[in-house]
Amino acid sequence: MVSQILFLLLTLAAIALFTVNFRKIIRNIRLGKAVNRNDQPQKRLMTMLRVAFGQSKMVVRPIPAFLHFFVYVGFVIINIEVLEIMIDGLFGTHRIFNGLGGLYNFLIGAFEILALTVWLSCVIFLVRRNILKLKRFRGVEMTTWPKSDANYILITEILLMSAFLLMNAADAKLQALGAEHYVNAGAFPVSQFLMGLLPDTENALVLLERGCWWFHIIGILAFLNYLPYSKHFHILFAFPNTYFSNLEPKGEFTNMASVTNEVKAMLDPSFVPAETEPEKFGAKDVTDLNWVNLMNAYTCTECGRCTSVCPANITGKLLSPRKIMMDTRDRITEVGKNIDKHGAAHQDGKSLLDDYISREEIWACTSCNACVEACPVNIDPLQIIIELRRFAVMEESQAPASLNAMMGNIENNQAPWKYSPADRFNWAEGN
Amino acid sequence: MNMEFKVPTMAELMAAGEEPEILFWVGCAGSYDERAQKITRDICKILHHVGIKYAVLGTEESCTGDPAKRAGNEFLFQMQAMTNIEVLNAYNIKKIVTGCPHCFNTIKNEYPGLGGTYEVIHHTQLIQDLINEGKLKAEGGESFKGRKITYHDPCYLGRANGIYEAPRKALEVLDAQLVEMKRCKSNGLCCGAGGAQMFKEPEKGNKDINVERIDEALQTNPQVIAAGCPFCMTMLSDGIKLKDKEQEVKVLDIAEITARANGL
Repeated sequence: MVSQILFLLLTLAAIALFTVNFRKIIRNIRLGKAVNRNDQPQKRLMTMLRVAFGQSKMVVRPIPAFLHFFVYVGFVIINIEVLEIMIDGLFGTHRIFNGLGGLYNFLIGAFEILALTVWLSCVIFLVRRNILKLKRFRGVEMTTWPKSDANYILITEILLMSAFLLMNAADAKLQALGAEHYVNAGAFPVSQFLMGLLPDTENALVLLERGCWWFHIIGILAFLNYLPYSKHFHILFAFPNTYFSNLEPKGEFTNMASVTNEVKAMLDPSFVPAETEPEKFGAKDVTDLNWVNLMNAYTCTECGRCTSVCPANITGKLLSPRKIMMDTRDRITEVGKNIDKHGAAHQDGKSLLDDYISREEIWACTSCNACVEACPVNIDPLQIIIELRRFAVMEESQAPASLNAMMGNIENNQAPWKYSPADRFNWAEGN
Repeated sequence: MNMEFKVPTMAELMAAGEEPEILFWVGCAGSYDERAQKITRDICKILHHVGIKYAVLGTEESCTGDPAKRAGNEFLFQMQAMTNIEVLNAYNIKKIVTGCPHCFNTIKNEYPGLGGTYEVIHHTQLIQDLINEGKLKAEGGESFKGRKITYHDPCYLGRANGIYEAPRKALEVLDAQLVEMKRCKSNGLCCGAGGAQMFKEPEKGNKDINVERIDEALQTNPQVIAAGCPFCMTMLSDGIKLKDKEQEVKVLDIAEITARANGL
């Protein structure tokens, strides 16, 4: 009875804490500007099913796709086992689903095989990151915390899977000994090989089985509460992020409505724009971005596929699309903390542009969309870069000198080069 | 310039009370850049050859605003866009073919929201259509048979608008040997000119993007590098010059290859 109450309290506390942090993230995302992404629901649903659920963009790189698939399927399916653990924990039962008979044996057997594949995949992932040191996992933005974050996630998953398999091994051994409570249930295709390593006494086995059971479930609850602080949040946000992703051609940049009004008024003096609040052009800080840009930032799992295909980054420039997303998340988190501490009106004098992302980075972009194409969850770093450029150019007139010259030429000669408009048709001379 | 025909302008057609089937949007590079002018003339030759009734805007054409928009200057972009739309709508334009993927992307995707809705195609799509309709073949001119050609995907045609097949179709008809670079189609590497980079020096790094791309193209041992964008043309040609390979490797636009193959 004590353990049931303890279990209930732990679970409630974990869910409550997670809810508080989750709602903070939602609040932070809502600090972004409005953008309508509720059109074409059917197409959006299909995109989500294909890209997030079906992992369609992962297959470009087959080895990590294969390993990630195991971890992903393992994560989704082993959650059925967590349901059983929850019920057992609350009601003091043991292996409540064993009434399913053959199906139960099949399920437990399948979980064990999945647990093993997850375990192996995570070990290989750790090797890729820490021993092979793949280039994709390095870069200026991969400082201590992002590197540790990745390792914590992998080690936690390895520990959780180890506890699950050890628990089953002890359970199987107890079943064989005919111990009280330990009904004959389940199939143990993996953990049967661990049985030989375990002690033979019933007390020690019960201690081990219970120990692993508690470790496993506390581990899961702790992991749940780690998510809001971690890049691993993608396991939740990959789904809404793909659902609300841009469905228009990648080359299409938004036309700013606030500018349309002013340009119309300039071209046609009789045009009277509707009275609106004067709006800031482009983005200086995260709250000038739209909510999808901010959701993108929380969804990013820092895999680096974007950066590894970025022509600027490949040729040694400072720009890294992954850093753009990580900076955006760090800054919106900071803005959120400021609100918690000092209220909504507080200004800390910092901004995304300059304090996080430098001018050198935004001007190195070729807008080639390789980063957008590469992202397995449809994150769009390019949109953020363009918003920052818009601010630099339209609010500050701070474009690089050569671009100012180009824009001056367009204004004066209707071409980005200094040629006379009268010469525009000279190419057809000698007609 | 060996143009044996006159390129008709919209103003002339209008004066004669006629409307073209298609407007050829030349673009700034196609109008002023010497290398790109050749491509422009070849597109005209193709249009003339197949007998499509077309016209250009001539001196009435103006920058689409693409480089201004990518640089973040939405004001200048919309000024250009609305002025152009006014001209296009006044001429009652329905269909446009562009010689540049940047113009293509801008007019096709960004003009409709500002009141300019047209059917817009890129010249490689026009060539594909003409091949499909049997109006264009690869005969009567230079033979590309068996020659090694690699095609560089322009970002604003490929990833930006999903057009990968049309330019390849135009090359397939040559019976040449098409070789793909390692990074091609949706994974294609930018030439380095997009996003207004064409008009500025690159940021500090350890290599120029066009050199990275030329190195990759040269790995396929091509005789011809095919392009579909005047900016890519500049970047790739510069790369080839830098590598001192101008004699062995030609950088040609799909329109030039098509015109040559048909003896135009």
